Amino acid sequence: MNAPIRRLGVLIAALFVGLLVATTSIQVVQAPSLRALSFNRRTLLDNYSRDRGAILIAGTPVARSVKTDDDLGYLRTYPQAALFSHVTGYYSFTYGAGGGIEGSSDALLAGTADELFYQRISDLLTGTASRGATLELTINPKAQQAASDALGNQRGAVVALDPRTGAILAMVSHPQYDPNQLSGHDLDAVEAAMKRLTADKTTPLVNRAIGGNLYPPGSVFKIVTAAAALSTGAVTEQTMIPAPASMDLPESSAPLPNYDLRACGPNNETTLRHALEISCNTAFGWIGLKVGATALHEQAKKFGFESSLRVPMRVTSSVFPADLDRPHTAQSAIGQFDVRVTPLQVAMISAAIANNGVLMKPYLVGKVLGPNLETIDSPTPEVLSQAVSPQVAATIRSMMVSVVETGTGRPARIDGISVAGKTGTAEQGNGKPPHAWFTAFAPADNPQIAVAVVVEDGGNLGEEAAGGRLAGPIARAVMKAVIG
Amino acid sequence: MITTVQALTPKTRRTTELLLVVVAVGLTLMAWVSVDAGVRGAVPAELFTVGGGLLALAVGFHLVLRWKAAYADPLLLPIATLLNGLGLVMIHRIDLSAGRPNTSGFAVNQLIYTGIAVVLAAALIIWLRDHRLLRRYSYTAMAVGLGLLLMPLLPVIGNEELGSRIWIRIGPMSFQPGELAKIVLTVFFAGYLVQTRDVLSIAGRKVLGFTFPRARDLGPILIAWMLSIAVLVFERDLGSSLLFFGLFVAMLYVATERVGWIAVGLLLFAAGAYVAWLLFGHVQQRVALWLDPFSQASMETSDQLAKGLMGMGTGGLFGTGLGQGRPYLTAFPDSDFIFASFGEEIGLFGVFALLMLFALFVERGVRTALGVRDGFGKLLAIGLAFSVALQVFVVIGGVTRVIPLTGLTTPFMSRGGSALLANWMLMAILLRVSDQARRPEPVEDPVARAAAASAETQVVRLP
Repeated sequence: MNAPIRRLGVLIAALFVGLLVATTSIQVVQAPSLRALSFNRRTLLDNYSRDRGAILIAGTPVARSVKTDDDLGYLRTYPQAALFSHVTGYYSFTYGAGGGIEGSSDALLAGTADELFYQRISDLLTGTASRGATLELTINPKAQQAASDALGNQRGAVVALDPRTGAILAMVSHPQYDPNQLSGHDLDAVEAAMKRLTADKTTPLVNRAIGGNLYPPGSVFKIVTAAAALSTGAVTEQTMIPAPASMDLPESSAPLPNYDLRACGPNNETTLRHALEISCNTAFGWIGLKVGATALHEQAKKFGFESSLRVPMRVTSSVFPADLDRPHTAQSAIGQFDVRVTPLQVAMISAAIANNGVLMKPYLVGKVLGPNLETIDSPTPEVLSQAVSPQVAATIRSMMVSVVETGTGRPARIDGISVAGKTGTAEQGNGKPPHAWFTAFAPADNPQIAVAVVVEDGGNLGEEAAGGRLAGPIARAVMKAVIG
Repeated sequence: MITTVQALTPKTRRTTELLLVVVAVGLTLMAWVSVDAGVRGAVPAELFTVGGGLLALAVGFHLVLRWKAAYADPLLLPIATLLNGLGLVMIHRIDLSAGRPNTSGFAVNQLIYTGIAVVLAAALIIWLRDHRLLRRYSYTAMAVGLGLLLMPLLPVIGNEELGSRIWIRIGPMSFQPGELAKIVLTVFFAGYLVQTRDVLSIAGRKVLGFTFPRARDLGPILIAWMLSIAVLVFERDLGSSLLFFGLFVAMLYVATERVGWIAVGLLLFAAGAYVAWLLFGHVQQRVALWLDPFSQASMETSDQLAKGLMGMGTGGLFGTGLGQGRPYLTAFPDSDFIFASFGEEIGLFGVFALLMLFALFVERGVRTALGVRDGFGKLLAIGLAFSVALQVFVVIGGVTRVIPLTGLTTPFMSRGGSALLANWMLMAILLRVSDQARRPEPVEDPVARAAAASAETQVVRLP
């Protein structure tokens, strides 16, 4: 019987070889793809249970990790709850790092970013546990608080920039949410909170300041049209511009009326300065046609339209429609038709005018700090483009000062400080009240802040809403918080 | 050239065994320390008392072998000790992460079962002076084996757990009789086949170079087949069903030396497997899980296999280190999936070592079968060895996706008293046969002579 025993021995050996091969295949060949499975709880735990870096604003943490005794290791907490929700985003075991800095700078906070390579090597050599970088943001907490308070329970967004550097001073989107509800370790409660937030028709998870369903800019876009007109020389400060109560558009039966249905000046004519002050639609419609769709488009791009920005969150590109016919060109020149913008884009327009025509790249992370709060990286301000010449910028600046001093922007006046601004009341054309806009910078002669405010659907004023009355005071509050 | 012919006096190798047993207990204690250091950051307080107890058990068994089976194989006991010890460590490790205190964890139960198993196995060595004595009980073994196998189907004591009806429960005691049935049926198969092998091997028809058995000789294999199907259908125990049938076919092949029987066995297996797949939802489920454990549908049915695979993937080459992984995230991390738990914490190198231990254990069994002189002993040894090999293949192959997951215990390692007891008994019988195989002068053993005389087996004396 020894021959079949030997043969059976060979079979047994084959069985064991099969197991060795299968084990090798799993633990070596398939291991990377097994670890990468989205539902692999071990990988999730490995990623989650790290000493994640904090997010600081003015030296105070607005997001930090607290050691816990449970399986997850660390609890991410947001001491200010909702105020910075769209800036920080959330860090959830179930839903990962989402929205805001948590999502866009995940690798830095987790400590896996390439920038931290030497840090990791030294951690390895000294035997300390690897920790993520701490990020110090450019947000001014007073501006953020003022913006949030002024918006109140209205839906909308506020963005404030330092026009000299591009540093983002405030980024508020209403409604907000409490990221602590998503970062908690009671996973059922987290799931319920996420379901509630995603089902909410007011979309609290969307950062309206840089994304979401872009807004029509309305009259704040007239700054771009004015810039195009002055830069191309199509219009000078002295040019008398046709400005009737209503403008018959070429090749179209629909007229372009003024807001108050009156002519903007005697003899149905006006200057660019006055047209901007009272936000004259017919004058800007005429300018749009004179300048042409191509020049408007080019000017919009110089202000940052259609660029893909990261601040480091990805900013939805603002859109100026292509291939316009003449009636649509006139409508686009006053910020209607298919022109769509983010509040950040509008703030960038003001910031470029404020900064002598130089558009700075907006950014949110001021400093990257190592585990011992030593500075690893502090981004230097970058120029995005020369949007207009310094002369054109100066001209538009003085016109915007007039808007606030004598025109539609009066609600944004600040005692003793010269403010430059522009209102916008963007019709939605769907029966809903208009979006109220205001963009401004101050002090006009030495700008420290540029701001853009949008209040959705007429806010608390409904059909009565107008950019100056509704959004102006909000912009004013934010500027006052920064300038003092 | 001068050749001197000497009387061959093989060494007993008992001292080697003692040394290896000490090494096995030492490795177990090192594993235990690293588990506690990894999970709690402390050295276990009971290290020396429990460690001493384990050493005493293993050395006690070794002394019994010195006394009653001096020529027994020296590797089986150390391997069993190490596997049992590492199993204990992993059960304890899962206890720790499940928050079960040392005093009432599953590891304590397993430790008690280990003690009982070692003592009973030692008693078996003492009582069973010669394995050929077992041959007398062939038909008793059949009755007992069938009884054990079918016991869980009895109304009051039979107990269904997790979809399989393989438990009996009397008061607070529960028992999985299938594990013991495996040994008892091997004894019966060996006894039966050694008697009927001539009939089963000579007659037959030649087709394509293979001699196929006559229809009327198909009776035994058909009965074994139907019994396996019964286990599958009524107890829903795929693993045991496969194990019993595979064991019978392998022993039939060894007894008859006829490949035809394997062909018949494979045909019957294929037919049975196909019909089972057609008829039973749970079989189809297992197959679907095996083919794609990560599909949406599979994850909703059962994510056990997926979880085990992800655990092993995390382990990689070197593992996370004992006590430093998350084997508790896998289902049944201390029983069905204990191999995946080791894969995660000791890595590919570690589980290769485990597989080599199992392979070595089986190899010692095969060697015993080759060395022993009587047909019954050969069949018994190869049957026991093959049952361990097949069981390891079915359970670990299930966990590693070589075959569909069926649910058997990992010998010596999985949590559970019945399996542990059965495996130590199995080893005791193998040790007894190996003692016979390695003993230098078989004819001087009066018992062996008597047994040999009473049996039809031809005693071949090796030079």
